Amino acid sequence: MAFITANWNPLGEAFYRKTELYEMCWNLRDGLRDCLVAAAPYGGPIALLREPVRRSPSSRPQLEIYSASGVAIASFPWKSGPVVQLGWTVSDELLCIQEDGSVLIYDLFGSFKRHFSMGQEVMQSQVLEAKVFHSPYGTGVAIVTASSRFTLATNIDDLKLRRLPEVPGNTWSAGEPTCWVVLTQDRQTKVLMSNGPELYILDTTSCTAVVPPGLGPQAGSIVHMSVSFSYKYLALFTDTGHMWTGSSHLQVNTKKTTPPKQMVWCRRPKSQQPSVVLMWDRLLMVAGVTLTPDPRFPLEDPCVLIGELDGVRIISSANQELLQEVPLVCQEIFKIASMAPGALLLEAHREYQAASFGKCFLTDFSPEAFVSTCRELRVLNAVRERGVGLPLTHTQLVYRQFYPLAIEVCRYLKIPDYQGVSRVLKHWASCKVQQKDLSDEAIARAVCVKVGDSPGVSYSHIAAKAYECGRPELAIKLLDFEARSGEQVPLLLKMKRSQLALSKAVESGDTDLVYTVVTYLKSEMNRGDFFMTLRNQPVALSLYRQFCKLQEQETLKDLYNQDDDHQELANYYVTASYREKRLESRLSLLQTAVDEYNKAKNEFSAKATEEEMRLLRFQRKLDDEKGAGLLGLSLQATMEALLALGLHKQAEQLYRDFRVPDKRFWWLKLKSLAEKEEWEELEKFSKSKKSPIGYLAFVEVCMKSNNKPEAKKYVSKVTPEQRVKAHLAVGDLEGAADAAIERKSDSELAAVLARCPASDRQLLDRLNRAAAAAAKK
Amino acid sequence: MAAHLSYGRVNLNILREAARKELREFLDKCAGSKAIVWDEYLTGPFGLIAQYSLLKEHEVEKMFTLKSGRLPSADVKNIIFFVRPRLELMDIIAENVFRSDKMHSPRDFHILFVPRRSMLCEQRLKEQGVLASFINIDEYILDLIPYDGDLLSMEYESAFRECYLENDQTSLYHTAKGLMTLQALYGTIPQIYGKGECARHVANMMLRMKREFAGSQNQILPVFDTLLLLDRNVDLLTPLATQLTYEGLIDEIYGITNGYVKLPPEKFAQKKQGEASKDLPTEPKKLQLNSAEELYAEIRDKNFNAVGAALSKKAKIISAAFEERHNAKTVGEIKQFVSQLPHMQAARSSLANHTSIAELIKDITTSEAFFDNLTVEQEFMTGVDTDKVNTYIEDCVAQKDPLIKILRLVSMQSVCNNGLKQKVLDYYKREILQTYGYEHILTLNNLEKAGLLKLQSSSRNNYPTIRKTLKLWMEDANEQNPNDISYVYSGYAPLSVRLTQVLARPGWRSIEEVLKMLPGPHFEERQQLPAGLHKKRQQGENRTTLVFFLGGVSYAEIAALRFLSQMEDSGMEYIIATTKLLNVPPARTPAHIKDSMHPSEDRQLLFV
Repeated sequence: MAFITANWNPLGEAFYRKTELYEMCWNLRDGLRDCLVAAAPYGGPIALLREPVRRSPSSRPQLEIYSASGVAIASFPWKSGPVVQLGWTVSDELLCIQEDGSVLIYDLFGSFKRHFSMGQEVMQSQVLEAKVFHSPYGTGVAIVTASSRFTLATNIDDLKLRRLPEVPGNTWSAGEPTCWVVLTQDRQTKVLMSNGPELYILDTTSCTAVVPPGLGPQAGSIVHMSVSFSYKYLALFTDTGHMWTGSSHLQVNTKKTTPPKQMVWCRRPKSQQPSVVLMWDRLLMVAGVTLTPDPRFPLEDPCVLIGELDGVRIISSANQELLQEVPLVCQEIFKIASMAPGALLLEAHREYQAASFGKCFLTDFSPEAFVSTCRELRVLNAVRERGVGLPLTHTQLVYRQFYPLAIEVCRYLKIPDYQGVSRVLKHWASCKVQQKDLSDEAIARAVCVKVGDSPGVSYSHIAAKAYECGRPELAIKLLDFEARSGEQVPLLLKMKRSQLALSKAVESGDTDLVYTVVTYLKSEMNRGDFFMTLRNQPVALSLYRQFCKLQEQETLKDLYNQDDDHQELANYYVTASYREKRLESRLSLLQTAVDEYNKAKNEFSAKATEEEMRLLRFQRKLDDEKGAGLLGLSLQATMEALLALGLHKQAEQLYRDFRVPDKRFWWLKLKSLAEKEEWEELEKFSKSKKSPIGYLAFVEVCMKSNNKPEAKKYVSKVTPEQRVKAHLAVGDLEGAADAAIERKSDSELAAVLARCPASDRQLLDRLNRAAAAAAKK
Repeated sequence: MAAHLSYGRVNLNILREAARKELREFLDKCAGSKAIVWDEYLTGPFGLIAQYSLLKEHEVEKMFTLKSGRLPSADVKNIIFFVRPRLELMDIIAENVFRSDKMHSPRDFHILFVPRRSMLCEQRLKEQGVLASFINIDEYILDLIPYDGDLLSMEYESAFRECYLENDQTSLYHTAKGLMTLQALYGTIPQIYGKGECARHVANMMLRMKREFAGSQNQILPVFDTLLLLDRNVDLLTPLATQLTYEGLIDEIYGITNGYVKLPPEKFAQKKQGEASKDLPTEPKKLQLNSAEELYAEIRDKNFNAVGAALSKKAKIISAAFEERHNAKTVGEIKQFVSQLPHMQAARSSLANHTSIAELIKDITTSEAFFDNLTVEQEFMTGVDTDKVNTYIEDCVAQKDPLIKILRLVSMQSVCNNGLKQKVLDYYKREILQTYGYEHILTLNNLEKAGLLKLQSSSRNNYPTIRKTLKLWMEDANEQNPNDISYVYSGYAPLSVRLTQVLARPGWRSIEEVLKMLPGPHFEERQQLPAGLHKKRQQGENRTTLVFFLGGVSYAEIAALRFLSQMEDSGMEYIIATTKLLNVPPARTPAHIKDSMHPSEDRQLLFV
């Protein structure tokens, strides 16, 4: 304890300490020389590729994967093309970026998973340099080609390549940027690039020159740059040996003219000060607030620096160390002569041998933080054990296949099941299905027993894994456990279990999913089988009908035919007839419709359609003979047009042939005659027989044509019930009053009263008296 | 902008804010300047979520309407298509992308599907060879849109038609999804009741979806106590009747779409002093109608006959308030008066607007035609002569009144008579075909399929039993100071709302017989709440029910439910949700229909 501060080195306000994490288990004959090295953040595994540039076609470099403590996990000869860069994804997959722009992905255990390409144009011009970066969207890859163009993929799991614009007036003599970094800011990914003294920011749309404040041209060309873990801080190194950091605008003179091999930010959340670790061949330097960098550490072996959230990991062939700023609380406790409460408590604890001593004095202090911190510390200790090798989070634990430990950790840390244990189980099951020595039955049972219906475990995910490993039968068995029918569909389709996929899609209620399966079936099956399949799934069938209505009218007909749905067939032909321009084809379609209506025993529709055909023929005949322009009009409109043209006989013929009700025809003729002001004809018509629409209609229609004398002719013919209305319509108040008084109806009396002018005292009195009498009764 | 959404019992602004947040996130995903290409149908509903200012803040510089051909030129980095997942729209998008100027500065294309992505559409884009041109293909889950403090609508235009004519339950899937989103924000709804086939289907899907997400328990204290799902076809009568509330009549006469109404401009001409009013405005006057406007909130749900009195009372209050200025003597008093001026002026202009609207409506409601139509409707609803051919309908056909009016009346008669006799039905059908054109054979067919028109099958007409048990007809409905929901139709109490009312008290068990007469199953489901989320109800605290109309709701029904919420002893507050706010489309002449490719697509005939 007394020496706890022995490895503390002051810089500005803070201290920096370098502690050993592990003596490495590995045995590297040639150290880290001539190696591509990549270590995953958060204490992740380390990948090594020896001599990536092949010396001869016969020699094959070796790719090795180690845990952070140097325990060998996998090793195999590299058989693919030359590798430019190694990197790890957030889920501990190894990315090997090749010169030709293809990226090969391996899992933690060295088995190949998949590959993708950074684009066609890269293949021609070769990758010069590549970087793997992390953002909230996942793991990304950025490359720059020999022709100095950048291409970005922000998330390799949802691959979208973006080619960044060219730097204007590109004058790179050597044909390459001096140095560059990837930034993610405001949900955007950008590249910061330097070319001599100039700096540019490239985003997907533009290339913008930027000048770092306080960095004058005298500082020289920028030869190295680095962004912090959180993308908040930037450090630049120039060929005059100056280092500029964005936060302080400070230029530290390192007095080193060669660019460092690595430059990494060394910060922690709530850091007291920003600082950067620089590494040369035999020297490590921490630079930050003061004008001269200090502390310096000599290095014996070639090392690799790995930036972490809270410090820098230094990996050499012999050991692994963590360099970090000493947290303020530790400073307060351990700093020599500290009088901080923590330091006093520590002293007290030593004196009295009391565990968790100080906590007893705090009555209002919730013990939760204390308890959970202890828990976390214990877990971190457990996983730091050499065999496990330093993974920090439970996700990382799971991916290394320490399932029981991971589950214990989840339970111990009280992580909700669906975030913790379920994820462990899911991963376990995905690996289980790959075990070749077990039968489908055995695996399915084992998975079901362990996973059960744990929330958040997707059986379709596990099944997809099984299918990927060439075990379709196992996949089907597993899919049966999936509660979400929608989730099962894509895999079932992939496995060509289309019938099953269809019923699952229907079950889910998601019509888009049903449509998807239906279109798939349509392309896979012959027509007969396809229709039969649909027939067994009414929901799918009606959706397909909808689709056909909009997209494939012909198929619609076939569907109705198959089902002997004569009613719908008839409707189909009727619809089709309206799309037809030529009368003959229109009539023949309507005839087919009539036949189908008959087959459907829909007598009314059959007759109506026959009527329609009759009307069409009639209209054409008259159009031909008289140029009447009737085709397409309704029966009523046709008669109206005929009357307007004075073709009374033809109108009468339609009236009889189509058994038009008297009422409607009388209305029609009445209006038509009034419109043409054929008053004599109208009178004749009114006397032709007793009007089925009464005579008030005559009064009103005449008044609408402003012909009061004609209107008056019909007032006397109106029935007693309508007489008041008729008199009022022609403006005959006296008559209306007489009729109303005679009928002793209060509502009619009121109606007349409302129209009676106040000046006509006599009439008013009469009406009021009658109204009073009517009310008395 | 949307404060009126948070006044009610349930703060619907939470839903709106969630939708806005998601929109902002999507826009930020497409870095740089943007142009949005709109599926025109979406602009109305989107207007309720975000104004142009929000889009502008996120670098949206241009907006276009989606149409085939070449995209208008715009100097932007991103082109974003906001579309419903429909195949025909995909073809247009493909054409747009193909014909875009490739030599010009490179653009990024994106698609935002509303309300969700569709594999079918993406497949279509792939077939058309443009799928790879899109940087982002995303979905914007906009199912339930808050229209007012107590009103949500999906504005899914053809739900009724799809469910009952085409057996296409897409809208119901969206409904279930929307209800899941709602529950994610407002807590699990412990009780679900329902009536009708579609209701059953939605409830089943909800329960299934809940099972599928069994892992993530919702830890929000439930805001809604009960969900009631109602099929529109359980109550076909209500939307057929002419609505007699103020808002209902505005809709009947002018049509309300997405909370806006367009009115004839003459009545709203600004009369400036000393200026001859020779040039009258020709553009229709567009007014927004929601509870943010104090006066409108007060009168919208009143029977129209009570609106006049309310308006004149308001006029007196406002002029009294303006008179106050004479009493303001001290500087302080004057200052106070002045500070109230903007509010008073707004109230005065609101009053002027509604007085004008009320005058417009009054011209119609006092006409003889309106009165005659109403008389016949009321005869049908009270069961007078529903089994014979109605003279008034005959006359209307002879006068060639708009077809929609005829169809409403005939359907109403059929519903009130539990189907029409063959002779009567055929007579009406012939009258319609001969007068409005034979193409309407398809229209009639659709009405029969949907159950709006039907042939009387059994001799027994159970409408009178339903009417009596549920008290659907109330004599002496009090229009001025209503004591029952029947005031919204001046006598007829909407069946759907009666079912809702009975469910709250005394419960559906009391009307089992009637429920059996109405189509589809009725059911009750319970959703388990995690321990600790059970509400401890205060004495006298109201319960909250979400009433969901599958296939549309009319404004009069909304008014009736609001009336129930306000009744002192009801103990229940209602929030209303629907697939679509039913509106009465302006009458179209048959000629229009003939021109269209699909005569059967005549949507106006099925409440849309």
